[in-house]
Amino acid sequence: MKEIKVLGTGCVKCTKTVEVISKIANELNIDVNVIKETDPEIIMKYGVMSTPAVIIDEVNLHSGSIPHRQDIELWLKK
Amino acid sequence: MFEIFADLATWLVVDVFGLSKEKKLGDALHFFIEDTTKIFFLLLVMIYAIALIRASMNVERVRDYLAGKNKGVGYILGSSFGAITPFCSCSSIPVFLGFTSAGIPVGITMSFLITSPLINEVAVLLLLSLLGLKFTLLYVVVGMSVGILGGVFLDAIRAERWLQSFAAKALKQGGNTSSTVLSKQVEPLSLKERHIFAKEELLEIFGRVWKWVIIGVGLGSALHGFVPDGWIEEHLGNGQWWSVPSAVLLGIPLYSNATGVIPVMESLIKQGLPIGTTLAFCMSTVAASFPEFILLKQVMQWRLLVLIFVLLLVAFTLIGWIFNYLTPFI
Repeated sequence: MKEIKVLGTGCVKCTKTVEVISKIANELNIDVNVIKETDPEIIMKYGVMSTPAVIIDEVNLHSGSIPHRQDIELWLKK
Repeated sequence: MFEIFADLATWLVVDVFGLSKEKKLGDALHFFIEDTTKIFFLLLVMIYAIALIRASMNVERVRDYLAGKNKGVGYILGSSFGAITPFCSCSSIPVFLGFTSAGIPVGITMSFLITSPLINEVAVLLLLSLLGLKFTLLYVVVGMSVGILGGVFLDAIRAERWLQSFAAKALKQGGNTSSTVLSKQVEPLSLKERHIFAKEELLEIFGRVWKWVIIGVGLGSALHGFVPDGWIEEHLGNGQWWSVPSAVLLGIPLYSNATGVIPVMESLIKQGLPIGTTLAFCMSTVAASFPEFILLKQVMQWRLLVLIFVLLLVAFTLIGWIFNYLTPFI
């Protein structure tokens, strides 16, 4: 199962990002564990400055906006 | 160049609704229609145009640029970047920590964070179209000065003592290993990528600020149409000393961004409220808001948080007094 972390200090876009990823994973029938990470210390450790950021398998794939559908599908299918 | 919006408002108010511009309601409605159409038009055109230009600009690059800069220019650069870099206030914590862990002094980071809500392209645009060039320059200079001097002051009193411990540790480590945090090199953007970015920016910013424009202009028109002519001028027009701190205090619970408050500024100034009092009120509304300050608690101890808040209130009050005093000479 893929572990996906969405980093963000609780802004609207971060919540939306979590929803979108879960929804698309559901559609594609891919088992994922989406975690919303709001602890500033952890966000800092990933070196992320623009939230929401998406971390999959400890790799920072995206930051600063709600990711596009195509991107999410690509990450999930990898 | 903007007469078309006044003409449109006149046509709607007088010809379509059959109201008189001399009456209160017609006058207020005219003000509302003229300002909202003008502001919406300008926002749509300018946000897109500016986003095209600054597509490759982001907080990561600003950090890399500011890291290791000499302190003297650091404050000025921090404040300038704060004015031009787009970033959502909900990102202020990651930005603060990103800067800090790159070893950038707290003062420079705060120059960036204080200036950011005060000055941005939308605010400058609105000021230019509603209040003219001279006032816009004044606003930008004052806003940047607050950011720069605030930053200098915070470093002078060694504000880093009052960070939360993990942030203080990151700052210390950052000073030694600043080269390791540099972000990856970015490819130059193609025109198409810039267009996509600009389109998204436009939708995002417009989606966020349109309601502020309506609220701001609505309040402005209410002031314009329903506060008796001369009332503000008669009671507050002399820049009575107490009016400035009162305006600053009044601005704290009123939470708005620059987009919403500028139409109110326009109306207040036209009603005869002195420039200093208006500036103090508006800067306090925009920059001294509880929700955003509480967020900073995650990286700062109460002591520092309260200190910065009070610092801003004092700064805005001083600005108000100085400008009220100087107005006859400008």
